[in-house]
Amino acid sequence: MELDKLLQELCDASGISGYEGAVRELVADAMRSYVDEMRTDAMGNLIGLRRGFGEEPRKKVMLAGHMDEIGLIVSQIEKGFLRFTQVGGYDARVLPGQEVLVHGKIPLPGIVAARPPHVLTPEERKKVIKMRELFVDVGLPPEEVETQVNVGDLITLHAPYTALRNKRATAKAFDDRAAVASILLCLEELSSMRHSWDVFAVATVQEEVGLRGAITSTFGVFPDIGIAIDVTHGDTPGVPETETVEIGGGPSITVGPNIHPKVYEALVETAKRYEIPYQVEAAPGRTGTDAWAIQVTRSGVPTGLLGIPTRYMHAPVETIELTDVRRTGRLLALTIAHLDEVDLSR
Amino acid sequence: MLLQRLSDARGVSGKEDAVREIILDEIRTHVDEYRVDNIGNLIATVHASGGTEKPHRVMVDAHMDEVGLMITQVDKNGMLRFRPVGGIDPRVLPAKRVLIGQDAIPGVIGIKAVHLVTREEAEKVIKFDQLYIDIGAKKKEEAQEVIRLGDVASFVTQSRLLGRTVMGKAFDDRVGCAVLAELVKERYPIELVAVFSVQEEVGTRGARVAAYDIEPEVAIALEGTICDDLPRKEDVTPVTQMGHGPAITKMDRSLVCDRRLVDLLVRVATEIEIPYQFKAPGLGGTDAGAIHLVREGVPAVAVSVPARYIHTPVSFISLDDFENAVKLMKEALRRLDAEFPWGERMQ
Repeated sequence: MELDKLLQELCDASGISGYEGAVRELVADAMRSYVDEMRTDAMGNLIGLRRGFGEEPRKKVMLAGHMDEIGLIVSQIEKGFLRFTQVGGYDARVLPGQEVLVHGKIPLPGIVAARPPHVLTPEERKKVIKMRELFVDVGLPPEEVETQVNVGDLITLHAPYTALRNKRATAKAFDDRAAVASILLCLEELSSMRHSWDVFAVATVQEEVGLRGAITSTFGVFPDIGIAIDVTHGDTPGVPETETVEIGGGPSITVGPNIHPKVYEALVETAKRYEIPYQVEAAPGRTGTDAWAIQVTRSGVPTGLLGIPTRYMHAPVETIELTDVRRTGRLLALTIAHLDEVDLSR
Repeated sequence: MLLQRLSDARGVSGKEDAVREIILDEIRTHVDEYRVDNIGNLIATVHASGGTEKPHRVMVDAHMDEVGLMITQVDKNGMLRFRPVGGIDPRVLPAKRVLIGQDAIPGVIGIKAVHLVTREEAEKVIKFDQLYIDIGAKKKEEAQEVIRLGDVASFVTQSRLLGRTVMGKAFDDRVGCAVLAELVKERYPIELVAVFSVQEEVGTRGARVAAYDIEPEVAIALEGTICDDLPRKEDVTPVTQMGHGPAITKMDRSLVCDRRLVDLLVRVATEIEIPYQFKAPGLGGTDAGAIHLVREGVPAVAVSVPARYIHTPVSFISLDDFENAVKLMKEALRRLDAEFPWGERMQ
């Protein structure tokens, strides 16, 4: 699997929460050859099953990474300019001067308007422009905008995948397509391993608006173990080290009330045994990831959580190191191959 | 389209070489002579038609440079610190992509994840000294292998055609360059000296020295100018409006335009039936401001294509405005010789 090409394809595609169709097609194409069955549930989650080699009934492990990304949505059209609100959470400060794609009747490139410095008063320069004061401009005459765009149309940010130094890269949706890629890498690794458990690879929907895809897909799969993979804050200038992990330092393995201690231990032990660099992340409560939903599905699911270190999360220049994605895929596969050794009793 | 190639080219003030190459390729076969002067201006001459012995000399100027960022420091962690080259509102910078230096090293302007931002912080403008570029380097030494202090960074924006609108960066003033590149393809009764100038954004420096050398009798600056026509509550001027035709300047912060030139342009626009507008006075300055004070003074005027969101990573112009600016200028150059009161003092 060519990871950079895969990430580029996944991240450059548009898939705001609730509208993940285009991303799902790409994930399905990449997943197909590694799974025995594949289905899409009523919410839009893509669920692939790779059967284990154990005796039936086999135990089930579910991997979850979300396909959806945050974005903007048209709230009003004013003299041909679009007012908008957001789906998920941006810092409004990343928006002025940003290229976007408005998903009207046809996709329309646009700009989040930023007035030229020449006309700004000293007072205006001191203020952060609130989202409700911003406009998207698609550069077309007002009457044409009215026929092409409707209130409720989605707007994605246009920020193509770009390779940086040290196998690092930047894109708009590593949250959480880097995790989806790590699940695909895991499946690839598993194709040359003997694992007794059934593996359900799930690309979930609507995580950014309330972990909704994980709620229904976990119910459907009802796994013995669920592992969510999400991005986690990478080291960033101006942010205390206690808040972040190092990018390029390997996946983070989360510990805390959201996580089953035995699943945590299994992940850590595997990382140690195979000398995969990892970092521990302590989460005293809500993890804000699919793991939070997985854990309380049906009568409860032992849950684990891996994080891919990511800088500038929820900005259109999210930055990761590709080695961390590879290590995450490998750690998942090796952990799955040894799941028979895990005793989940508490 | 030449305009789009010019928009995509990188040419922050002081480093206009790539833009100059593109223009030279375009105009070389059309002009009678050309040279690059000491400061980097490309000066091309189209001799007058009709074989007059001493034709009137008209300088038409468009600047090649664009605003950008200059690397001023490399941090221990490999992050790059920078200062603006030309006027940039720092509020447009967070989370934008840039290309740095001769080798176009890609980088991004970082911003703390929204999850880690306090409500108080979210209401504060991030100033230049708090911003940094991440190229993926892990430490200072590694970044220094590819980045030198003084390298300039430009925005990453690919020009695109959206119906009759063009999207791209640096229309201030690559649209002026594109207009000027069209003008040299014709011969006029006057001698046309086309100046593709440097360093406008840091103080109209290229045009000044070019004008000294050329000693023009009349000068016209071509610009991509402020267009601030977003909907708003208060009734304030949009400066210019996109799609309403080329904008003629009567007065800006840098000069009072020669009334006779303004009148001539208006007459031409009316007679050839193209839309035009006056740029709202008092905002911005152009090379015309520098040129009109050279030697004993030069009658000058500025003609602009309205460009939304100039000095930000991405902007719009109307192709109609661009084409009408070319038409207006060509006709004005055809008539100047007969219709301008050469040598007469301003009344």
